Amino acid sequence: MKCRRCKAPAVIEIRRHNAAFCPPCFEHHCMEQVRKAIEQFKMIDTAERILVAVSGGKDSLALWDMLLDMGYDADGLYLGLGIGDYSSESARYTRAFADRRGAKLVEVDIPAEFGFDIPTAAEVTRRVPCSACGLSKRHLFNKAALDGGYDVVATGHNLDDEAAVLFGNVLRWQTEYLGRQLPVLPAAHGFPRKVKPLVRLAERETAAWCVLRGIDYQVEECPNAEGNKHLGYKAALNEIEDASPGSKHAFYFGFLDKASGHFTPESEAEKETLRPCTGCGAPTTGEELCAFCKLVARVAKAGA
Amino acid sequence: MKVLLRNPKRELDVPGPLRVSALLERLEVNRESVLVIKGDTLVTGDALLTDDDTVEVRPVISGGA
Repeated sequence: MKCRRCKAPAVIEIRRHNAAFCPPCFEHHCMEQVRKAIEQFKMIDTAERILVAVSGGKDSLALWDMLLDMGYDADGLYLGLGIGDYSSESARYTRAFADRRGAKLVEVDIPAEFGFDIPTAAEVTRRVPCSACGLSKRHLFNKAALDGGYDVVATGHNLDDEAAVLFGNVLRWQTEYLGRQLPVLPAAHGFPRKVKPLVRLAERETAAWCVLRGIDYQVEECPNAEGNKHLGYKAALNEIEDASPGSKHAFYFGFLDKASGHFTPESEAEKETLRPCTGCGAPTTGEELCAFCKLVARVAKAGA
Repeated sequence: MKVLLRNPKRELDVPGPLRVSALLERLEVNRESVLVIKGDTLVTGDALLTDDDTVEVRPVISGGA
């Protein structure tokens, strides 16, 4: 198989583009897709300071690597989640990448700073670990961005992630979630802008980026994610993609283009009722404490 | 050839010669969900693998969102 751009031997085939690329042309392809997403959705201005949420996995490290190569002022934020060996490994990959690139890494360790870990929070709240994990991440990404004076938080959500979330939300017609499933969430009411520059790349491409660039990343899956719905949706979509390449792209970008405008982004009324959390000052719709401070209090009360 | 698989980590011996696409079919792996790595690079579906090769079939699907 030959590279579509230069006719050298190809190392990766991307069926939805009906293309194959050699390593340098594949890097060019990835950078072009990310540039296109940033421009198309007006994600980042060149002079802005970016905080990249990094986990030590392929997507976030590839994103950070690409943004740095594009010349953006991009620091990393790593959250220690306290998920045993999985967290120790992910921290190791993240620090090694930051060292290699000479990039600034901000670290927040949840067990050290807030006195709980994700498995314990899941046990106390009797909900799936991904619930406490997502809640903590959203809160701490916002806080770190505002504390550090960053203009924008960038996350490594890729085309597969977005298509799978869309699939789940459509299956159950969760219209409140459909309204905010956008590649850019503007800054508002004490929340920083959030962007997803990898939405035009499939996760096979972000993994390939890391392999070809010699970036070591955490290949093993989070032990808490095993068997979750999100993985099931991805498997279903990949069956469709295999039979009909381009389906995931058409599903997600067709939604953005033709359907997302029909859903309300988030009720304006809800935004109007935001008030500062009495614990941490973050904006919340709650009467006193925000969801994260409630979680911290609940775990402390349980003596966990 | 030696084939390294993940989740769980294991190693298989598969007789060659065999194209990458045929290997994935034999393993019943969706080609959209993996990369095939040989040495420090990747190989496409039409690449021919021989008995002397060692390849890793690496899953690329992450569960978080």
